[in-house]
Amino acid sequence: MLMASPVKTPVAAKAADARRRQILAWGLGIAVLAVFPFMVYPLFAMKVLCFALFACSFNLLFGFAGLLSFGHAAYFGIASYVTAESAKYWGLTPELSILAGTAVAIVLGAAFGWLAIRRQGIYFSMITLALAQMVFFFCLQAEFTGGEDGIQSVPRGDLFGVIPLGSHMAMYYFVMVVFLIGFLIIYRTINSPFGQVLRAVRDNDIKATSLGIKTRHVKLAAFVISAGVAGLGGATKALVFQLASLTDVSWQASGEAVLMTVLGGAGTLTGPVVGALIVTGMQQYLAQFGSWVTIIQGAIFVVCVLAFRRGIVGELDRIAHLPTVWRRRRAERRFTPAPRPTTDF
Amino acid sequence: MTNEATSAVLCVRDLHGWYGDSHVLHAVSFDVRPGQLVTLLGRNGAGKSTTLKAMMGLLDKRRGSILFRGKETIAAQANQIARQGLAYCPEDRGIFATLSVEENLRLPPKIRDGGMGIEAIYRLFPNLKDRAKSVGTKLSGGEQQMLAIARILRTGADTLLLDEPTEGLAPVIVKQIGAVIRELKGLGYTILLVEQNIKFAAKVADQHYVLENGRVVEHIPHAAHADEVRGIANYLHA
Amino acid sequence: MHNLMDTLSNLSIDAFMGQLMLGLINGAFYAMLSLGLALIFGMLNIVNFVHGAQYMLGAMLAWILLQTLGINYWVSLLLAPFIVGAFGLLLERFVLRRVYALDPAYGLLLTFGIALLLEGSFRQKLGSSGQPYAIPAELRGGWDLGFMYMPTYRAWVLIASITICFAVWYVFERTRLGSYLRAATEKPQLVRAFGIDVSKMINLTYGLGVALAAVAGVLAAPIYQVSPLMGSNIIIVVFAVVVIGGLGSMSGAIVSGFLVGFVEGLTKVFYPAASSTVVFVLMACVLLVKPAGLFGRRA
Repeated sequence: MLMASPVKTPVAAKAADARRRQILAWGLGIAVLAVFPFMVYPLFAMKVLCFALFACSFNLLFGFAGLLSFGHAAYFGIASYVTAESAKYWGLTPELSILAGTAVAIVLGAAFGWLAIRRQGIYFSMITLALAQMVFFFCLQAEFTGGEDGIQSVPRGDLFGVIPLGSHMAMYYFVMVVFLIGFLIIYRTINSPFGQVLRAVRDNDIKATSLGIKTRHVKLAAFVISAGVAGLGGATKALVFQLASLTDVSWQASGEAVLMTVLGGAGTLTGPVVGALIVTGMQQYLAQFGSWVTIIQGAIFVVCVLAFRRGIVGELDRIAHLPTVWRRRRAERRFTPAPRPTTDF
Repeated sequence: MTNEATSAVLCVRDLHGWYGDSHVLHAVSFDVRPGQLVTLLGRNGAGKSTTLKAMMGLLDKRRGSILFRGKETIAAQANQIARQGLAYCPEDRGIFATLSVEENLRLPPKIRDGGMGIEAIYRLFPNLKDRAKSVGTKLSGGEQQMLAIARILRTGADTLLLDEPTEGLAPVIVKQIGAVIRELKGLGYTILLVEQNIKFAAKVADQHYVLENGRVVEHIPHAAHADEVRGIANYLHA
Repeated sequence: MHNLMDTLSNLSIDAFMGQLMLGLINGAFYAMLSLGLALIFGMLNIVNFVHGAQYMLGAMLAWILLQTLGINYWVSLLLAPFIVGAFGLLLERFVLRRVYALDPAYGLLLTFGIALLLEGSFRQKLGSSGQPYAIPAELRGGWDLGFMYMPTYRAWVLIASITICFAVWYVFERTRLGSYLRAATEKPQLVRAFGIDVSKMINLTYGLGVALAAVAGVLAAPIYQVSPLMGSNIIIVVFAVVVIGGLGSMSGAIVSGFLVGFVEGLTKVFYPAASSTVVFVLMACVLLVKPAGLFGRRA
């Protein structure tokens, strides 16, 4: 008797498998995030998430577009200032002040990105660094930024006007949602036709152009998205710590985004998050030791560039795939035809 | 075979070469005896230029044996190989745009005595003297080729690797280069020549090796035979 | 505009020229540092982010030598570049060489990391604040030129920096040694095939570039305070200078350096609030009009 159920093709089965694994991964991630504030201080947890967004946004450009944006703190920091200003002096509710900060970051990203993309390669990086320094000096001198003191005592306010975010736990879950939104934006950008185009431009700019891709537009789009997510992180951070300061627009902050990404794994999805966790944790523990943080950060850079370019998640990825690689190699060896006549039986 | 091998200036055995992961030369073997002119013939991409690069130490990875005057150079650096008396004239001529013609000419250092003096070079290549102060790349193709050959003659090297010297040049210039090469042969230089122009190669060579897909597929020890030359020409244009 | 008229009416020639001179002094350092960067970038294809830290090392060494061994300025002027240059030789030979085959971004990241290491180490030992370094006795005082007062030390810095820049430019563009450097910058493999040890040339060029930064550091010590942060403060401005001038040209680097310093001086007179950002605005303008840089050869 024949069964009436349809036969599943191997391809469909594999796709369903992958989807199941994806849902599992997302579920696991969200679960971990949900219990995170119970494992560490909520303030620390929130700091990690904000910087994770910052690092993820940098990774979008560096890992997936091949653009080393060395001045990413400009967007992170300016959003922080705008959000602080709008929350404290304009009385905007948190979701609006964060939107305001992010919007300004996007505009700045569009302007700076357009300018920087006019040059290729290492010049691009130097230009982004210099433009960010310009923002730094602007923030140092402008009236609304409060100079060296920054903007302090920023009220967290009530979400949508109704939910008070004063308590760290309440604030954490709001930050968690914001983080997931930002992460999702990055995720969807990478796993989309646009993401493929981006990778094509990263791997071979000239070839991409010959295929008809308008590489400048692609790079600019990625830049704007990246600046936006960085701004999202900075804007949220201003409300978390109720402070916007010059460190957020400094070249050191830009360097930190790079460090987190390189350490965690450039070109991976979760690498920057892991990097953010480690670097922020390290800063927390070593804050009492003064400049040792800088020294260790420098050492990590050197070691990563020389011997550890895949980063933590990158290396874990490689190790996880080793069995597949071995299996494939064994299969290739098995199927290499032996130099014998075929009619020897 | 051993007698010929020991008297050869260049003795290449089982040479394998790689560009990155790409295995481009397979078990290439040939000899060049002193004072001879040997050509490497073949289609585009056959591995002729790659072989010259391998011999000069400019290839990513090499395996096998390259004996230059009996000394093994398979693992040597390019500058060490040059200092033993091997000189290289690349396919793109390698004229430096940031140097004048005279600076280009004087660039390769003297590695031993016996090199041509500046005056002798200007006698062999009179038009280079007039253009001495021009920027190197402002010369015509033929003049650049003359410059590329001229400058390696000053070093005192006695074995020359020439990569497609007639490529892209007008027939009258090709004739001039042929004359120069014949004169160099007369002066006792040993020359390994890479060429796609069979007729040109046939006029100057003592031996031909034909390469295809990174392998030596044909060896013509006495190059003057017209039938064989025609045969190669047909084969290469097939 | 009102401020501008105010400024102009209150302006004395003295103050104006004094400010311009300060700008030119800044420009002298920008020129020396961007020249070193251009030299290193040409040969190694690496943006030497640690250049600022090496400049700081020169100044630090001069200060340390004076404090601990009583070694005076003039000896330091020769000794510091020698020591820092030697450090550069070792750095290139054992560390930088490993990243030549990689994307240039990694060179930037590597040297950034080394800069952090150096700056952090000095900050750990000496704190962030600056230490003063006395102007050597022979160079104290100044001359009243009528339209301005010219401190002797600043005149010395101008003369020394112009001389050094000119000397480096001359060797590179007009001598036989320079032709080797230019050739190796253009086609290193071919130069190897001529029998020249290009790796050694690269190593020495890096050492020279670093020594150049260190000399600038010693010259800077009596003017700016000697602090572990002096390197990172100046390196980003020098990057902007280099984008303005283009990394491909020695003369471009020198001229752009002095030009930027001059413009900074002018801005300080007429619109002081913008003096720290004017170099970046200038860079943005150059990018709009001539993306390859004012003297750019490579796009």
